[in-house]
Amino acid sequence: MAKELKLMKGNEAIARAMIASGTDGYFGYPITPQSEVMETLMAEKPWESTGMVVLQAESEMASINMVYGGAATGKKVATSSSSPGISLMQEGLTYLAGAEIPCLIVNVMRGGPGLGTIQPSQSDYFQSVKGGGHGDYQLYTLAPASVQEMYDFVFDAWDIAFKYRNPVLILSDGAIGQCMEKLYTRDYIPRWTEEERRANAPWGTWGKPANRNHNIITSLELDSARQEVFNHKLQAKYREMEKNEVRYEALNCEDADYIFVAYGSSSRIAMKAMQMAREKGIKVGLFRLITLFPFPTKQLQEVAKNVKGILCVEMSAGQMIEDVKLATNCSIKTEHFGRFGGIIPTPTEVLEALETKIIK
Amino acid sequence: MANTDIEQRKQELLNQGYTEVYTKTKVLTDAVLHYCPGCGHGTTHRLVAEVIDEMGIQDKTVGVSPVGCSVMAYNYFDVDFQEAAHGRAPALATAIKRLNPDCFVFTYQGDGDLAAIGTAETIHACNRGENITMIFVNNGIYGMTGGQMAPTTLVGMKSATTPYGRNVALNGYPLRITELLATLPGTYYVTRQSVQTPAAVRKAKAAIRKAFENQKLQKGVSFVEIVSNCNSGWKMTPVAANKWMEENMFPNYPIGDIKVDGKIAEGIDANRLVLSHPLTVVNK
Repeated sequence: MAKELKLMKGNEAIARAMIASGTDGYFGYPITPQSEVMETLMAEKPWESTGMVVLQAESEMASINMVYGGAATGKKVATSSSSPGISLMQEGLTYLAGAEIPCLIVNVMRGGPGLGTIQPSQSDYFQSVKGGGHGDYQLYTLAPASVQEMYDFVFDAWDIAFKYRNPVLILSDGAIGQCMEKLYTRDYIPRWTEEERRANAPWGTWGKPANRNHNIITSLELDSARQEVFNHKLQAKYREMEKNEVRYEALNCEDADYIFVAYGSSSRIAMKAMQMAREKGIKVGLFRLITLFPFPTKQLQEVAKNVKGILCVEMSAGQMIEDVKLATNCSIKTEHFGRFGGIIPTPTEVLEALETKIIK
Repeated sequence: MANTDIEQRKQELLNQGYTEVYTKTKVLTDAVLHYCPGCGHGTTHRLVAEVIDEMGIQDKTVGVSPVGCSVMAYNYFDVDFQEAAHGRAPALATAIKRLNPDCFVFTYQGDGDLAAIGTAETIHACNRGENITMIFVNNGIYGMTGGQMAPTTLVGMKSATTPYGRNVALNGYPLRITELLATLPGTYYVTRQSVQTPAAVRKAKAAIRKAFENQKLQKGVSFVEIVSNCNSGWKMTPVAANKWMEENMFPNYPIGDIKVDGKIAEGIDANRLVLSHPLTVVNK
């Protein structure tokens, strides 16, 4: 497939990007509002075209562990789910991070806690960037704000995952997953050949040839001293990501008196609220997070130097705001505005929140 | 003892006129096993390694180790290996095999891993008919964690969490997962073996060989249970543990083939597979 203009659902874009980016395997379990990912893959039958394996697992625990098994052989393996399913995957995610396995996980967030609602939400921020599973680890976390980014970030995810030997999380939400937008597809990247797999993943368990030692994929190290050394190595990797892989977008921030900080669906709503504010003569900018980990700390500091206040917009009770306050060292008036439990705020509500909570 | 010391000592003995009759299998590494003396894991490891060696598949075998006593099996097999989270080995093996269909893939799991926390992964991998080999070591106890009740702990059997013996009203029944798996259409070969005598070892090896050979046929899971002792957990000498195993474990976990080439094995009463086989009560 060449570059084409299409109208597509966010979840379908994820599936088509997986096929187009040379993904070797997908293992998933149905859950609303992301089931179209596996449904699209099953309908497309990529095993007949690219050779990609697609399998419906018996649970999210099984699917994330299938990702572990397959990805540990040095192949590009992915899964997707929504909030309750991602909670079930936390064990697998910490093992994947601990064994340094590149892979892709997509979370199309819905409202919680518990079984919650099937409507969009952004209340998994803490789970995504503050651990989720046990132990000190980080997932490289991308937050798409459009169907185009749902598609593009799958390609970007593979580059980062293999560059750092780390799992990558695409943190989306039910609104982006379910909405239809125009999208430019990309040229197909063929799946890696056997030689490419071996060159790109020399650590993989693909069968020990006579000329190398056996490869072992494990997160176990009973010797505490060695485990501490390994933890330092992981932390050094995360610091490298912070140095090199931060992504964000600053709109109208140069002359802004106030800024919205948001990601994903909320950033789209905040963008509209920003336009409405500018029409009223209020100088508002938007600082959109693209990577949630690594968080664009320095970039936000720089942008926020001359502003009078920050409104964090997130479909949650206020999670991202903690990192915003840390970035600015609480030196600027910062408030949270969010609707949650599956309710999407309107731009009018966001602008009102700016006026009442920040400008007064 | 370092390898050079072992080599030196061997040379000394050969010089004294001794003949070498038994050597380490090539597919096992030089790492010293951490298993308790008298435990069946060492023998079972060796049998799996011998089969891989004899089949000439060392360069295309991928193993998956569990959580439990054999968590570090990857240190002993000189093949590529993955260490799974507790119970998840069949899910890993599923993906390894599907993404690498030319590889020989096996899981090596204990009773807690395969028949308690990993029951769903076990049943579904078997029911999908994954073309993998599953080695299941059943010693009726959580050995590594310190002797707690396992899904296969016998009725009346004492453990760290059943100090007065397994009580059905409190703890439920021992799970004969091997019989259960034999009823699934996705299993092609299901057998129960042991490794406490030379005769048993020979039979167990033949079963493991068949279980690996079957992967070439692509007809589903080949499942080998090894009923083993846990002399440490059972608090017995190795010899007494083996005797106790024969007297108490074997009546509840009968040795022999259960399903061969996709069909219920000759002489197996189909009723046994639907759980009417009587359970005995032990007192230990």
